[in-house]
This record gives sequence, C-alpha cells and structure tokens, in this order.
Amino acid sequence: MNNRHPSYTPVDSTVTRRFPVREVVLFAALLVAVLGVYAIMGAAYSTRMLVEAACYAILALGLTIQWGYAGQFNAGVMGFVALGGFCAMLFSVPVNDAFWGTELPGELGRVLLYGLAAIVLVIGVSKLDRFGMPKLLRTVLAVALAVVLYLVVISMLREVTSEIQSRAGFVGGFGLPPWTGWIVGGALAGGVGYFIGHICLGLRSDYLAIATLGIAEIIKAFLKNSDWLTRGTATVSPLPWPTPGPSALGFTLSRAIYLSLTAVIIAVIFFLLHRAYHAPWGRMIRAIRDNEVSAAAMGKDINKRRLEIFVLGCILMGLGGGVLGTFNSLFDPQGYLPLNHTFLVLVMVILGGPGNNLGTLFGAVAVYIIWIMSEPLALFIMQLVASLGEGAGWQMPTNLESRALQARVLVIGMLITIVLRFAPRGLLPENIKSHG
Amino acid sequence: MNELVFFINNVLIAGSVTGSIYAIGAIGVTLIFSIMRFAHFAHADMMTFGAFMVLLLTTAFPALGPAIGVPTALIMLPLAMLLTALLAVGIDKAFYKPLRAHGVKPIVLVIGSLGVTLMLQGLIRLFAGTSGQSLYVDDRKEILRIALPFEGARAPIVVTEPQLYLFVITIVCVVALALFLNRSRLGKAMRAMSDNPELAQASGINTNTIVAVTWVIAGGLAAIAGTLLSLDVTFKPDLSFFLLLPIFAAAIVGGVGHPYGAIAGGFVVGFAETLAVFNWNVLLRPFQDSFPAWLELPSNLAFVGTEYKIVVPFFILVAILVWRPTGLFKGKVI
Repeated sequence: MNNRHPSYTPVDSTVTRRFPVREVVLFAALLVAVLGVYAIMGAAYSTRMLVEAACYAILALGLTIQWGYAGQFNAGVMGFVALGGFCAMLFSVPVNDAFWGTELPGELGRVLLYGLAAIVLVIGVSKLDRFGMPKLLRTVLAVALAVVLYLVVISMLREVTSEIQSRAGFVGGFGLPPWTGWIVGGALAGGVGYFIGHICLGLRSDYLAIATLGIAEIIKAFLKNSDWLTRGTATVSPLPWPTPGPSALGFTLSRAIYLSLTAVIIAVIFFLLHRAYHAPWGRMIRAIRDNEVSAAAMGKDINKRRLEIFVLGCILMGLGGGVLGTFNSLFDPQGYLPLNHTFLVLVMVILGGPGNNLGTLFGAVAVYIIWIMSEPLALFIMQLVASLGEGAGWQMPTNLESRALQARVLVIGMLITIVLRFAPRGLLPENIKSHG
Repeated sequence: MNELVFFINNVLIAGSVTGSIYAIGAIGVTLIFSIMRFAHFAHADMMTFGAFMVLLLTTAFPALGPAIGVPTALIMLPLAMLLTALLAVGIDKAFYKPLRAHGVKPIVLVIGSLGVTLMLQGLIRLFAGTSGQSLYVDDRKEILRIALPFEGARAPIVVTEPQLYLFVITIVCVVALALFLNRSRLGKAMRAMSDNPELAQASGINTNTIVAVTWVIAGGLAAIAGTLLSLDVTFKPDLSFFLLLPIFAAAIVGGVGHPYGAIAGGFVVGFAETLAVFNWNVLLRPFQDSFPAWLELPSNLAFVGTEYKIVVPFFILVAILVWRPTGLFKGKVI
C-alpha cells in the first residue's frame, strides 16, 4: 500500500458535481491580494509582477504534469528555464556584423562539422564488433579514439571561441522574432529532458532528482562561462519584445499587452492539458503513477509514457523560461538561481495542488505575490531587529540586505516541509474521479 | 622530472584530497540510502553546518590550538561532530519521521530533504554571511615542501598540513567504520536492516535505534567532511549544490547502500575530476621533440576547464547509470 501517491484518496463520484466553493473563495482572495498590490505599489510595478507570475505559471504547469500527473520529481527546473531564456536571447538579439561579416562563422562551422564527424567516427568504431572484432579490443579502441578526437576538437573549439571573443565580442543573435526563440527553447529543453529521462526514468525515482539537479548546474555553468556565445557575466540586454515595448507605449500599457500575450499562452496550454488529463492518455498516466505494477500488467509501456510526460514538462519549462527571459529583457546567466527558478516553482506546485491545473495556477500567482512582497518585508523586519538590537548594545552585521534575502531561503524551505507534512495534496487537491 | 612532480602535486595529492572528502560524504549518503531508502539531499548542508560549528568554536577559543600544537579547528572537530549528529537526529525527528510514519513514497522524502537543505542554507547564511572565511583563525597553515632526491628535480612535492590530517582522519574513519559494521552488534543490526527491514524488525532489532544511529554516524561524518574541506580551502556557506552531485555520483558509482563502494566511488570521482582538469600538455611537452613535425600540441590540453568541473561527476553518473546502474560493487537498493 505504500506505493500509492500521497495525493491519492478515493473520492465519492457523487460529490464531484458540487459547487466549487473552495476554488471561488481562494481565487477571490487572490483577486483581493492582487488589487491590494495594485493599490499599494502602483500599476506599472504590479503589472510587471503579474507578468512574471504568469511566466512562472507556465513553469509550474510544466512541473505539475511531471510531479502531479506522473510523480516524477524534477529538481532542475532552473536549467530548463535557463535554456529557454538563452534561446530567446539567441534568436531575438540583433545580428552582430562584427562576427558574421568575417570568416569566423565559417571557422566555427568547420569545427562543429569536425565535432560531428568525430562523433560519427567513434560511433562507427564502437560498432566494429559486428565485423568480427573482439569486444574488448573494440571498447579499448573506441574509448581511446574518443579521448583523442575529443581533445583535438575541443582544442580547435577553444581557439575559435577565444578568437570570436577577442574580435567580435560574442556571436550575437539571429535577429528573428522572439517567439521563434521560445519555440526552439522549448524544443531544446525537451531534448535535454529526453536525454536525462531516457537514462533515469527506468531507475529509482531519486536518480532523476539527482540527475536533473546536476544538469541544471551544468547548463548554468555552460551559459555563464561561454562568453563567446552568451557574453557570460557581462549579460546581454535589451532583448526585443514581440509586443510594443515600454518606449512606445509606457510601462503599464506595454506590460499589460505582454500580460495578455502570456495569458493567451497559458490559456492554450491549460486547455490542452485539461483535454489530455481527461483523455485516456491522462488516465493511463495517472494509473502508472498510482499503481505501476498493475498498469504494467494492463500492458502499458510504462517507461515510454514516463518519458513522454517528462519531456512534455521540460518543453513547457523551456517555453516559460523563454517568455520570462524576453520579458526581463536581460539575459544574465548568473541570475538563474536554484531558489528562484527551481524551489519557488516547486512550492507553487505543491502548495497549489499537484495534478490540479487550476490549483497550480492559483499556487503560481499566490506564491509569486508572497515572494515578491517578502523582499521589502524581510528587509523591514531585519531593520526593525537591528534597531532593537542597537538599543540593547548589539552590533548588527553590515550586509543586511543580502542576509534578508537568506531569510527567504529559510522561509521557502520551511514552506516545502510544512506543506509536505500537513497538506500533502495542496490547497486545491487533485479531484480524482472514481468510476463505480 | 619537474613535470612529474607537477603531476604528483596537481593530480595525485589533489585527487586524494577531494577523493577523501567525497568518500566521507558519500559514506553518509549511502548509509542513509540503505537504511531509509531515500537520497538525502540535505547532506551537503549538514557538511557545511559541521564546518560552520567548527568555525564558531574556533573563533570562540582561538588560543587553544597553538597551546597544544595542532590547529584549533581539529580540536573542535569532535564537538562539532556531536552537534551535527544531534542536528541530524533532530531533523529526522522533526521532518522525516512524520513523513515516514505517513507511509509516503521515497521521492516525497527527497523533496522533504530539499526543504531541509534550504532551511539549513538559509540559517547558515543568515548567521555566517555569504563570503568565504578561513578556519585558521589564530594558527598558521603549515606547508611542507618535500624536495626529491633526484637529479634535475627542482620543484618540491607540496603537501599542506591540513591535507596530512585529512589523510590520517580518512583512514581512521574508514577503519573505525569497518570495525563498527563488521564487529559490533549495532553495526551488524544496521547491515541486517539494510538487507531486509521487515526481517530485521521481526528478529527483534529496534529499527528506531538503528535509524537514530545511522543519523548520528551520517552527521558525524558530514561534520568531518565539511571541516576537512573547509580546512583545505576556506569555509564557504554556499558550496552545497556543487558538493551534492559528486557525493551522489560517488555513492551511486560504488553501489548504493554499499559503504566500501562509496569510499571507492569517492576516490573514482575525485581522481576523475583532477585528471579531467589537469593540463596534459605539461606531461607531453618534454616529448615534443620526438613527435612528428606536423603535430603541434596546443598549450591547453585539459579535458575540461576548471569552471566546468561539475560536468565530470555528472558524466560519471550518466555513464554508470547507463552501463551499470547497480554500481561497481553491486549495490543493494536499486
């Protein structure tokens, strides 16, 4: 019995048609909170907060289908978000003539072709046992060849990239509309998700968490240190918007238009997910989550379905990361933090209700408002404590602001553990229909 | 000859240092894995906590070490181990035990441990700030230079004092753990429980005690690993996410639930890291004359730059999961 998902409790089918009191109350409270923020912080600030909350909602929907629908835990949302942001940057930033006007693109392309050829060669050698070569010899040969070719290609790549960096700054973008970057970002995130999922999904569920945590740090390290591709710590800005920018319409109106764009994206995703959840496919996914053995006994291909749902979630995260990156109008690889882009999303999902799309949307907006408002609040409390402490003759540390930020780390951690213990099904639990 | 010394300094010694630290960390992770069946993500922050306790105690009594002749941090280590062990047992009582009693899936415990890791991180950084600090408050880091008795070897082999302590402590830990697991009643009960919890419980083993003992050992080892790491470089409060991956990779490489495997895995990962960032050009340069003329070695022949070090444990993890998911020494839990 221990194999059941924590959110699994059979619900009588007669109560599913009830009036959604809980939903109405929670969303009304959310509306009041949003209006309160508008009244206090002003329209431009609040609209920005709403757009960011909407971007996080896309990420949270991606995580809710992984964790809520299928019980897979992705601890590296940050990596997929960063990939999406990177693609949005790469596709939308204007073309850099200092790079494209020289012979450098050809050089780079040549090295990449060499890399491709090296991969083909190594794969070819690793198949040599089919032609009667002893397996041990083949393995030794393939590994040795891979090491040597890797060193050759990586040295050439280092040469070209340092040349690009010194002569052109960085590669620059493609000058295409941002939505192309969002789509490619989603596809790229999905590709990375396929790679990870293919390796880990047949094994213990913990391994997926470890591997995603690792790939997120690797993606961040890559984006941070590839100055030739992303300008690294120097950051890239501004990223053009697909909608009219603030310079044309002013902050509030332009952000409101961007908000409606994200709202449309969320509506489309929400509709598709809703259909998928209630389709036979969704039932199958939940059956696998709740009882893997019996689902396998019914002839379902468990690993394939798991891979599907994991990749789908990663695609949504890449897409959301792209939308978020474009909105911020700044690509800063160091700005991607596990706390802001992994654990915040996790809290949104488990607090809102894993497996319940509406709950996830609620969780995303509610948690984001709390998150944004907690920064001035934490600083205020710290200053209050400091002034009290000074009265008592206690020397307060100087870097108050960075420490106030750490208080938020603590709060997020506490939220996760408390929700898991006392409300494992979230505020808006998944509504599980039982069929007779 | 100098190139060889350079190799020894940068690969053999550095690899053994990181390898020992990963090994001690991975033992804790693998013990928790085998008793409680979940990946404990808060382990790296328990390491940081242990090191932080040492830092606090050392700043409180900086004069103790010079009076005896060993670094103060090492004298404070047993106390910090005790505190970290207490913390580990407390965390289990407060956060993991209710979840276990609820009969949740292991993956929910993993998420719970991520919550714990954030709480620890928040607390540590709230008090310690985010900048690095040296554990050598009042004493000086001794550096031993061993000159080689060979012709032409001008560069000496360099070993620092904390590295020597590290090797000694690692060996002591491993021997003590082996004795504990093989000879003592409690250790045998632990192994029984890791093999089959229900059977162990049925044969009269108090599983609650075993869980508590596991946390004490894991906490103590985490404090050791964290302190040794901070002694070798500096105490940094935000290392945890970079430590987690190598430690888990080490535990999985050795076979999850297999303490000796974790030690081997730790050294595999540690040496792989140092070998991957080592610039092989240094070793090949003396033979440059015997190479054909068209072959010109690039000046940087490292597999990955130091900034991409984290790729190495990940690659090892992926390779082991693809080819041998049970680990080098058949792990028990899969």
